[in-house]
Amino acid sequence: MIPRFLADRALKDPVASRRGFLLGAAAVTGGLMIGFAPRTAKAQARAGQNPFAGYIRIGTDNTVTIFSAHMDMGQGIYHGIATLVNEELMADWAQIRVEGGWGNPGLYGNVGWGGAVQGTGGSTGTPSSYDRYRRAGAAARLMLVQAAAQEWNVPAAEIEVEKGMLRHKARYMSFGNVVARAAALPVPQDVPLKKPEDWIYIGKDRQILRKYDSLAKSTGRQNFTIDIRLPGLLTAVMIHPPRFGAKVRAVDATRAKAMRGVVDVVQVPRGVAVVADNMWRALKAREAVTVDWDESGAETRSTTEIMAGYHALAKQPGKAVATDTGNVGSAFASAAKVLEATFEFPYLAHAALEPMNAIARIENGRVEVWGGHQMPDVYQAIAAGIAGVTPDKVTLHVMKTGGGFGRRAVIDGDVIAEAVSVSKAIGGRPVRVQWTREDDMRAGRYRPAYVHYLKAGLDAAGNVVGWQNHIVGQSIVSGTPFEAGMVKNGVDVTSVEGASELPYAFPNMRVELTTTTTGVPVLWWRAVGSTHTAYAVETFIDELAVAAGKDPVAFRLDLLKDHPRHAAVLKLAAEKAGWDQPLPPGRFRGVALAESFDTIVAEIAEISVEGNQPKVHRVTCAVDCGIAVNPDNVRAQMEGGIGFGLGAILKSRITLDQGRVVEGNFDGYEVLRLDEMPAVDVHILPSTEAPTGVGEPGVPPIGPAVANAYFAATKRRIRALPFNRPENS
Amino acid sequence: MIRFSVNGQQQELDLETDMPLLWALRDGIGLTGTKYGCGQALCGACTVLVDGQPTRSCQIRLLDVAGRQITTIEGASGKVAEAVQQAWTRLDVPQCGYCQSGQVLAAISLLTENRRPTDADIDAALSGNLCRCATYARIRAAVHEAARALA
Ligand code: FES
Ligand code: FES
Repeated sequence: MIPRFLADRALKDPVASRRGFLLGAAAVTGGLMIGFAPRTAKAQARAGQNPFAGYIRIGTDNTVTIFSAHMDMGQGIYHGIATLVNEELMADWAQIRVEGGWGNPGLYGNVGWGGAVQGTGGSTGTPSSYDRYRRAGAAARLMLVQAAAQEWNVPAAEIEVEKGMLRHKARYMSFGNVVARAAALPVPQDVPLKKPEDWIYIGKDRQILRKYDSLAKSTGRQNFTIDIRLPGLLTAVMIHPPRFGAKVRAVDATRAKAMRGVVDVVQVPRGVAVVADNMWRALKAREAVTVDWDESGAETRSTTEIMAGYHALAKQPGKAVATDTGNVGSAFASAAKVLEATFEFPYLAHAALEPMNAIARIENGRVEVWGGHQMPDVYQAIAAGIAGVTPDKVTLHVMKTGGGFGRRAVIDGDVIAEAVSVSKAIGGRPVRVQWTREDDMRAGRYRPAYVHYLKAGLDAAGNVVGWQNHIVGQSIVSGTPFEAGMVKNGVDVTSVEGASELPYAFPNMRVELTTTTTGVPVLWWRAVGSTHTAYAVETFIDELAVAAGKDPVAFRLDLLKDHPRHAAVLKLAAEKAGWDQPLPPGRFRGVALAESFDTIVAEIAEISVEGNQPKVHRVTCAVDCGIAVNPDNVRAQMEGGIGFGLGAILKSRITLDQGRVVEGNFDGYEVLRLDEMPAVDVHILPSTEAPTGVGEPGVPPIGPAVANAYFAATKRRIRALPFNRPENS
Repeated sequence: MIRFSVNGQQQELDLETDMPLLWALRDGIGLTGTKYGCGQALCGACTVLVDGQPTRSCQIRLLDVAGRQITTIEGASGKVAEAVQQAWTRLDVPQCGYCQSGQVLAAISLLTENRRPTDADIDAALSGNLCRCATYARIRAAVHEAARALA
């Protein structure tokens, strides 16, 4: 979601990003806390925001609580971090709990983004955690061993640790027995880590470390923000502007306020909130409120109009240049064949199954906020600002969320800001702002719509001599604090990632960007730029292969000479899919390769055509994500990414009719269903490289793989998404 | 006053009769395992069993459940439920988990009626239950695994 480009830029924090950072420890009530003391005064001042921050707390009751720097929206990072910690700590897996950490960027700053801000996104969770959580686990184990050595008066070297027990010859002791003593010891700073060949958890399959939350999630016991119960908790539903940018002129809530259970109807900066004692009453009362909107500054265009403008711009020279190597102009002039194609990508909603929500309570000058805190430091500051307190008076409860896909990494903290504003307006009473599905779909934050115009030249031998791509669409980061680090020479890296740098050896290449402005609020959507760039690039490469009369896999491999990892991924996928084997009649294959967030994925889709739509039967996926910390979770994320991406390219789009979002629910905004899910085989390349993320990279290749298979079947190129839009039939 | 049974317990609720069962369960009784996803019978997150039949609780009013037996995820029990939940856990089906109460109840109801469901049976029974994390391949595998365990 938030790509790694923040590294080496404004947000860089030398403390958190330093590899051998200093660990601290403290005795806390009931045990030992590791990761306690940040090194610098600046970091310590920030650390004051959450006095309980740490990486690992070991209680006298043997409970091991791990505080995750990343929130879990289903991508499985809690499981990954627990695996990293326990590889070194060697607790009993059943002792381990994972909670969301917050309020201490010195500890939790996202290393992948430069280290100064805590956040989840850009598939950085595993790479960011790989070093520090193993070190924290190892430091804790060393301290426990040292404490046991003192207790038994034996050399530390003779003590072994297994499943939460410390052993010296025939004597055993649990972690809990020595945590008090361990907490008084100095924290070892030179913490040796296990060698990969000694790992027993990392890289092993699921039989060894069971995902500890699967049972709760299969029995309805996993709590989400929507499930939190508090004394006196109220429910608020929002009335958002009917068009983006409209402002409240007047509210008539007389009728609503007289209804059963209604507590208040309040105006807040983002709209009007109807507060009641339960959801149904809030919903009924909302219907009785009339709001007069000032729409003078609102977006009133339809998407057809917006897209027509994009198409016109795409044929003009781009406003900014992202890549320019060689000379594409002369390459095209001398080419034997020049191909052109224009692609159109719609706005997409994240449509996580748990609609957006947050809970706030303000009591005695303290603010508490429950939510999917994907950027906790930012939300702490936002909540403090609204409530008029300092950030250290804000406590966050980091909830697991029912999906996310980027939607909760929102810089203005939208629903969080609403919850705090509403609570403030009703005297600090605890309130959950719960969006309905329609609110969630219509209140904005979409994957931006784009048009790509591509042009490529082949010489007489079928070699690519020139490649040009002009991308037109909105910037995700413009106007946000991320702009400084992520917009370079007028190019928002999130608009061009997956297009501006390609593994293919093109002698002449030019990528241009024209950034547009609309009133439609946009955001990162699982795999961000590569959700559109990979589709355009990989289907156009396929066109070139066809034009050159070459096999699409062989054509790519020829261009991947300088990128052995990419080539290996593609070869593995081809081999496992039986690319060279004939298919049964009516079945067709397509291939695509994409790197996103440093992870390389190739997918081969096997389809038939039903009606005029592709039916995807099987997807063979090969992935190189460095060391796969939890191989089964890597598989799960590839499966999920494929299903998520497939639904989007086949069926999903958000449209505007004179500024109003048309789709409100899963009837208009269609997503993948079970009967449309292909069988997926995932093959992980063995690797000794440091791990890279997997939450997003499964998404980009599926669209072009299916489109290329569809071309093999029908000789038709689908260049405007989704597949099922009327123009395509 | 509406009376009905939830997970074997008699409930008497003084709530509006047009309130959807979903909100009565969640806000009235405090059973939050049943999830809200769409409110329009389009996603299946709110699935409960009404007299054994999988039903979208967002689209059935309290009035219509008077005197009936409701089973929510919290009350799922018995051989089939156990087999389903074990298979779900063994295959690590859930990602975010938000849809899974509905998926599990739909699977229980399918396997209660049909001990050897084919892929087509699974498609027919579960395609109304959306999973935005797209855990579908594992859902399918877990239904087959539960069926094997029950055989
Ligand atoms: S909430 Fe009832 S079907 Fe979606
Ligand atoms: S597991 Fe996330 S919606 Fe199904």
